[in-house]
Amino acid sequence: MTIGLGHYLAVGAILFTLGILGIFLNRKNIIIILMSIELILLSVNINLVAFSTFLGDIVGQVFALLVLTVAAAEAAIGLAVLVVYFRNRGSIAVEDVNLMKG
Amino acid sequence: MMLPALFFYLFAAVCVASAVMVIVSRNPVHSVLYLILAFVNASGLFILMGAEFLGMILIVVYVGAVAVLFLFVIMMLDVDFVELREGFIQYLPIGIVIGGIFMFELLLVVGAWVINPQVAKTITAAIPANVSNTEALGLVLYTKYIHYFQIAGVVLLVAMIGAIVLTLRHKPSVKRQDINVQNARTPDMAMALRKVASGQGLQDADAAEWVK
Repeated sequence: MTIGLGHYLAVGAILFTLGILGIFLNRKNIIIILMSIELILLSVNINLVAFSTFLGDIVGQVFALLVLTVAAAEAAIGLAVLVVYFRNRGSIAVEDVNLMKG
Repeated sequence: MMLPALFFYLFAAVCVASAVMVIVSRNPVHSVLYLILAFVNASGLFILMGAEFLGMILIVVYVGAVAVLFLFVIMMLDVDFVELREGFIQYLPIGIVIGGIFMFELLLVVGAWVINPQVAKTITAAIPANVSNTEALGLVLYTKYIHYFQIAGVVLLVAMIGAIVLTLRHKPSVKRQDINVQNARTPDMAMALRKVASGQGLQDADAAEWVK
């Protein structure tokens, strides 16, 4: 029984779906939404690395490194925005975010 | 021969299970801890695939930085997390329907799909033999993709400055040292000489000006 590309892609697909599901289920808790986005980016990385190693092309890993960078930056900025929002409103319920417009 | 398959199923199962726990856990702190578990197991998958450097970077960046950042923020904010879980049941059916459709489509794509043999000719940078993964990555990252690498650095710099600018605040009650103001201070600004008549003391009008 050998583990092929399809196995890794299946894991990536399941993680991606779980990330999407997490955004739907935790509509109010933006911290869990940010974690779901991290899961989605992780599944993208698994796909990139799987294709990279199974096709013998290192560029996929370079790209995965760049995705990792963007994911870290996104988490930092997202949490900073969250902290500022909490200071202003005293809660992190994202349903009220549309009150901030204008 | 069985061992890689065994480890693949171990890492994949724990990774998926902890990903499930991330999204259904009641306590966000538990969610972050399960997120760490998911990342560690994904790192195991990376190492199993032969991408050791990315596996290690995943632990350093995600577990060491991002997950700890999440933990800091969760513990810093005084939030009623029970209230935030309202609507979980309400969104469950639509979430499962959309997730199921999504999963079905993705597995259809993964299932009925083969690699075109022509792809082998289009490889941009083949993984060199007899070279460790880290070295192979460095050989292309610092030569062919140096601009992307530097842009990634700029992205991190912008994120760092942005996070600082967003969260920095000056409390009006806190006094700060302003060296320019201190240096620009002259004796005229700092003190005033007043003639106080004998036996009368300081008048109110003078006092108001004095403490100015």
